[in-house]
Amino acid sequence: MTTLSNAANATAPKAARRMRRRLPGIGESLVLSLAGFAILFGGWWLLARSGLVPEQVLPGPDAVLAEILHLMRTPFAGSTLQMHLLSSIGRYLMGLALAVAVGLPLGLLMGWSRRVERAISPVFEALRFIAPIAWLPFATLWFGTGIGGPILIIFSGAFPPCVINAYYGAKLIPTPILEASRTLGASSLRMLTDVLAPGALPSIIAGVRIAAGIGWQSLVGAELIVVSSGVGYLMMQGQTNLSTAVVMAGMAAIGVTGFAIDVLLRLIESRIQKGALA
Amino acid sequence: MISPSTATSGPDIAFRKVSKVYGNAEGGFVALDKVDLTVSRHEFVAIVGPSGCGKTTLMRMAAGLDFPTSGDVLVRDRQVEGPGPDRAVVFQQFALMPWKTVRDNIGFGLKCRGAAPSEIKQVTDRYITMMRLQGHESAFPHQLSGGMQQRVAIARSYAVDPDVLLMDEPFGALDAQTRLVMQEELVQLSRVNPRTVVFITHSVEEAVFLADRIVVMGRNPGRIVEIIDVKSLRLSERWDELPIEEVMDLESFTHMRTRVWKLLKDTKRSTAA
Repeated sequence: MTTLSNAANATAPKAARRMRRRLPGIGESLVLSLAGFAILFGGWWLLARSGLVPEQVLPGPDAVLAEILHLMRTPFAGSTLQMHLLSSIGRYLMGLALAVAVGLPLGLLMGWSRRVERAISPVFEALRFIAPIAWLPFATLWFGTGIGGPILIIFSGAFPPCVINAYYGAKLIPTPILEASRTLGASSLRMLTDVLAPGALPSIIAGVRIAAGIGWQSLVGAELIVVSSGVGYLMMQGQTNLSTAVVMAGMAAIGVTGFAIDVLLRLIESRIQKGALA
Repeated sequence: MISPSTATSGPDIAFRKVSKVYGNAEGGFVALDKVDLTVSRHEFVAIVGPSGCGKTTLMRMAAGLDFPTSGDVLVRDRQVEGPGPDRAVVFQQFALMPWKTVRDNIGFGLKCRGAAPSEIKQVTDRYITMMRLQGHESAFPHQLSGGMQQRVAIARSYAVDPDVLLMDEPFGALDAQTRLVMQEELVQLSRVNPRTVVFITHSVEEAVFLADRIVVMGRNPGRIVEIIDVKSLRLSERWDELPIEEVMDLESFTHMRTRVWKLLKDTKRSTAA
């Protein structure tokens, strides 16, 4: 818009050149990412249309979209798509909140105190190589199909990035600031809330964003097996019914929601970083 | 000249046979070797010495941030077991919290103590005025000059009303001019608000201008070479009545400065040999 209003005083060719020079910025990346989607959906549509693959195996994008709209109105596997999604998000938020609430203070304390670091580090390093999905059998044995299972699995995915980023964030706080705070009489709790957490904030935000992504991915894995609602469950039911469209609708819902979560957290991140610089 | 203790009350700080050895006992590096030093109530003691003489270690022990290998460190007759607001520290790098405003930095110690917001406001107001920080209450440290940042750090230390102020080259990071202003301000501040001060510095001039006594330390092993009384000279020559640049021009001042300089030079030569 500004380019156009500026162009009013300039000659037309000049303005056009300016427009062209502008394109490699935000404009070009938007065009390119739209092109990426166009290729994906176009290729998919052509492949589905060509008759090379039966529609039962690969429904076209139009069929999947129709299925999504259908699932939003008609309950499948117990409820509508948005209700399944809501139930997934609820579980997800609980697991993520738990990982943040435990992981951040633990990581901060590890970064601050050599003693805590030495005590926790080996245990943590060993446990974090157990992939979230590898907790599934254990979670099932413990919680059956209750809420505990998925939460444990989301937690196991989201917990390590919280701990690791809080740890490195705390490590980066200059020692004199920590020492000054202690000499001013800060208790351990005060150190955590007033010194370590704000000092490590940029790193913590990045960690929570990573945790949110991994948590969301782990959630769907959990829902495939141990629950009776949620998007993962919907997809499993779709598979049992041999409905590829339902499965793909679920995948689309997962992708779009994950993307939305990431965009939201990026917004919060840049908001906080701007605030920190103000 | 080693001055006898001029204390009328008991010492505020006492180092008794304090040693600090890094590494094992035989092959280790002796940072401090059986150092004895007492600092009286409201006395201003400056410690000078070459790098590695253990002067900062000594100060950190009083702060409870470092501990002796052997010997005792007592503040007001109590063994130092850790840091606390009765012993405020001013660091060379200011060590302000960049995410807190000037007011919140100054009030942090009071907040830790659980003081009421009204009390915090009142005390921070007093020190903001005293350190001439009005108009910058809501600024963040990075928006201030080095001199102003250190004034915030000093205000923060005074705000917790400590018995003892420990200053580790507080003006070391400042330019020469700002340094002079700060030195003069510190003298005025300690006149209004007398405290027991241990002041580490590389600057002999600064030590002579500020201190009641100067502790000259040597290294390898870290030890006290001599303790010089400046207070009696300051009082008899009426330094307190003159601005800093005139004091530094007085013959009595330059004599004292040269004397400390020579001691330091001898210390360095003896370690080199």
